[in-house]
Amino acid sequence: MPERLTRADVDRIATLARLELTEAEKNLFVHQLSHVLEYAEQIQTVDTTGVPPTSHVLSHMPADRPDEQRHGLTNAEALANAPDPAPQAGLFRVPKVL
Amino acid sequence: MRPIRHRKPDCSECQRCYDLSTASIQTAREIRDAVATRKISAVEVCEQALARIDSANPKLNAFLTVARDRALERARTIDRERHTGLLAGVPVALKDNIVTRGITTTASSRMLQDFVPPYDATVVRRLEAAGAIVMGKTNCDEFAMGSSTENSAFGPSRNPWNPDHIPGGSSGGSAVAVASGMSPIALGSDTGGSIRQPAALCGIVGLKPTYGRVSRFGLIAFASSLDQLGPMARTAHDAATALSVLAGPDEFDSTASQEPVADYVGSLTGDIRGIKLGVPHKMLEQGVEIAVRECFYGALEILRARGAELVEIELPHAPYAIATYYVVATAEASSNLARYDGVRYGFRAEGGHDLKEMYEKTRSQGFGPEVKRRIMLGTYVLSAGYYDAYYLKAQQVRTLVRRDYERAFQSVDAVVMPTSPTSAFRIGEKIEDPLSLYLGDVFTVSANLAGLPGLSVPCGLTPNRLPIGFQLTGRPFDEATLLQIGDSYERDTNWWKQWPT
Repeated sequence: MPERLTRADVDRIATLARLELTEAEKNLFVHQLSHVLEYAEQIQTVDTTGVPPTSHVLSHMPADRPDEQRHGLTNAEALANAPDPAPQAGLFRVPKVL
Repeated sequence: MRPIRHRKPDCSECQRCYDLSTASIQTAREIRDAVATRKISAVEVCEQALARIDSANPKLNAFLTVARDRALERARTIDRERHTGLLAGVPVALKDNIVTRGITTTASSRMLQDFVPPYDATVVRRLEAAGAIVMGKTNCDEFAMGSSTENSAFGPSRNPWNPDHIPGGSSGGSAVAVASGMSPIALGSDTGGSIRQPAALCGIVGLKPTYGRVSRFGLIAFASSLDQLGPMARTAHDAATALSVLAGPDEFDSTASQEPVADYVGSLTGDIRGIKLGVPHKMLEQGVEIAVRECFYGALEILRARGAELVEIELPHAPYAIATYYVVATAEASSNLARYDGVRYGFRAEGGHDLKEMYEKTRSQGFGPEVKRRIMLGTYVLSAGYYDAYYLKAQQVRTLVRRDYERAFQSVDAVVMPTSPTSAFRIGEKIEDPLSLYLGDVFTVSANLAGLPGLSVPCGLTPNRLPIGFQLTGRPFDEATLLQIGDSYERDTNWWKQWPT
């Protein structure tokens, strides 16, 4: 039986998810993810005509608090865990974008 | 009940064994009362817990980080202030996906290997205000994704009842810490069973509160509509005390409910006469280990003898719960984990020539295989062309799963099932076949999909001496009834008093 996912599918999903997979991972995922999707397809047999989707289970609307200014992290605290901070400028440094 | 020893535990010098027959720490209730009445100092309790961690942890790998100095400093403060809070002097262990100011918090991922949070989770602040002492951070499946703690970047935790077996997961380290006497209370998080299943597999009590009962501020997110924090303990009484401390609204989490917090400890009357328990017998017909089935039906007999009324119920959409869960949870995970990009905190890979390449290398090297698998699956079910067939459909089936429970709760006060269909399997046994592991969540995922509270209570051992638990699922915000039933059951049984040997 053909797998639910092809190598091309796995490549496409990896690109969307910003993952660089090895050849071995790709081969494994074609198989394993197909297996899980095949199992998950059973939900398609359930009659859901007119059934609204549940995206959360809150019984009340989330509570608001007063919109008041308050202290968050300091710049130094926010940068403390950065892999490449620019503390003098107070910025996170990244490789070139383009 | 074994008395608390007021002097050094027998085993404090021994680094080789973890013989728990000499365990000196029992329940949080005993410790708190002894500390509050100054029969023992918080420092002595803390030193005993540290000695237990020193002797048992090298073998069991429950703790990733032991906050020795911070714990002793806190204990001295508790003694100095003559603290009499609900958890005065009680050691607690925190799953390593709960952020702690100044204590490395990894979520068992290479991605956060050196992450030192700049703030405390709300649950940490509440525990400390009640006098609890944070002993350290416990191992789990990476980003709480798994049911065995084998997906940790820092090696698996081991079941104290048999170290060749998994402790369950994802809150495996927390379960081991409690089951092996390192800490009487631990916190876990539960997205699809991650508090209840390791509690069952290690022979302790685990409570997943109603979605929104406990603030998630400072919990590293996996699937935000399913995640909930809760306590693991040796008794329902200790779990009730911990929940009283943890529950309530929080200005830092708008989903933390304003619903009044019940008197959980006061509900432990022992009396369950007239309480109606729904049993979905059909769900037990297939795939349940014989010893689990026997212990479960044994537990039902005890509950019946104590006055509970057993009613057969049906949960027609339960067979679809696992499929629904793995679509919803992975979709939310793929979105939540997009934040790990090597820019603001966490790991960054070398050698990325531009931003996109840096992202890809960082995420590929920083995440382990199960996390990648779930991000891939979640990305797929959210992608154009598949969204309606998988994600939207799963959200609709989620509604039906929830309605099944709403219907059941019109005639019963709680639903009772085994927590896990099997006892703990051997480490490595299922590592090649993720789906087989997912199927083990059959009894636990529904409570997360429906947002309901669930309590796992120890109810026996297999012939090979591996623990088994049963699970109670309740109405929204009715943790009190679950704890009442669990406590009542404990009064006629002694599974909770057993230690691994």
